[in-house]
Amino acid sequence: MIKISADLFDPWHEVLVYQNSAKHWAGKFGATNVFVGTMRDFNDGDSVTGMILEHYPGMTEKQLEGIVKQAARDWHLLDALVVHRVGEIKPNEPIVLVAVWASHRGDAFDAGRQIMEALKNIAPFWKKERLQNGGERWVEHNTDGYLRSSTNDMSAFSD
Amino acid sequence: MIMSVKVRYFASLKDSIGRSEDLVDVNGIVTVAEIWAMANANRLMPDNILAAINMEYVDIEHSVQNGDEVAFFPPVTGG
Repeated sequence: MIKISADLFDPWHEVLVYQNSAKHWAGKFGATNVFVGTMRDFNDGDSVTGMILEHYPGMTEKQLEGIVKQAARDWHLLDALVVHRVGEIKPNEPIVLVAVWASHRGDAFDAGRQIMEALKNIAPFWKKERLQNGGERWVEHNTDGYLRSSTNDMSAFSD
Repeated sequence: MIMSVKVRYFASLKDSIGRSEDLVDVNGIVTVAEIWAMANANRLMPDNILAAINMEYVDIEHSVQNGDEVAFFPPVTGG
């Protein structure tokens, strides 16, 4: 299922409600992969206080449906749920949810990744950031989802 | 035959052009790139622009049919 939401949503609640309503694959799924994208309060070295997410109504749904159908051709899936916010968004609020259900984890992991990367590359959404200094700017491109972050904040887990 | 083609612009492109849509009348077979030129006579098409016809991505050399909705927009930044 594809949902475009102008309102704040709780991704964990969405997953639970969707899973509980899906009677035809109850008992069949052994793997659920959930990705949640959340708005940061920083980008490109600047403090960001909010953003506006514009989209192309109709094309967005069409592209997302195509992305999910392609994933279902490439992997053995039971179901998928994609929820994406539009409109005014504040830091700490979820932007996107991609959840996939499969019998086995390999399909769930890889299909979830494929759907998310395709969404980033072709789903027609655009972010305009509001900066702490009062300015506004359009985000010009998405970063490569396969790049490693240069910082590691989980130092407590390092030797 | 005179065709009517709806042209839509999104995000930063809409801001820089100052319009969200145009209605372009064309005579004969035209490409997406030619639609751009007719609607934006004094403005070169940006290099990184994306184009769609009826909500499917197309190359700018793709031909346009009567009644099509053509859209131009910058690289997408959702997710």
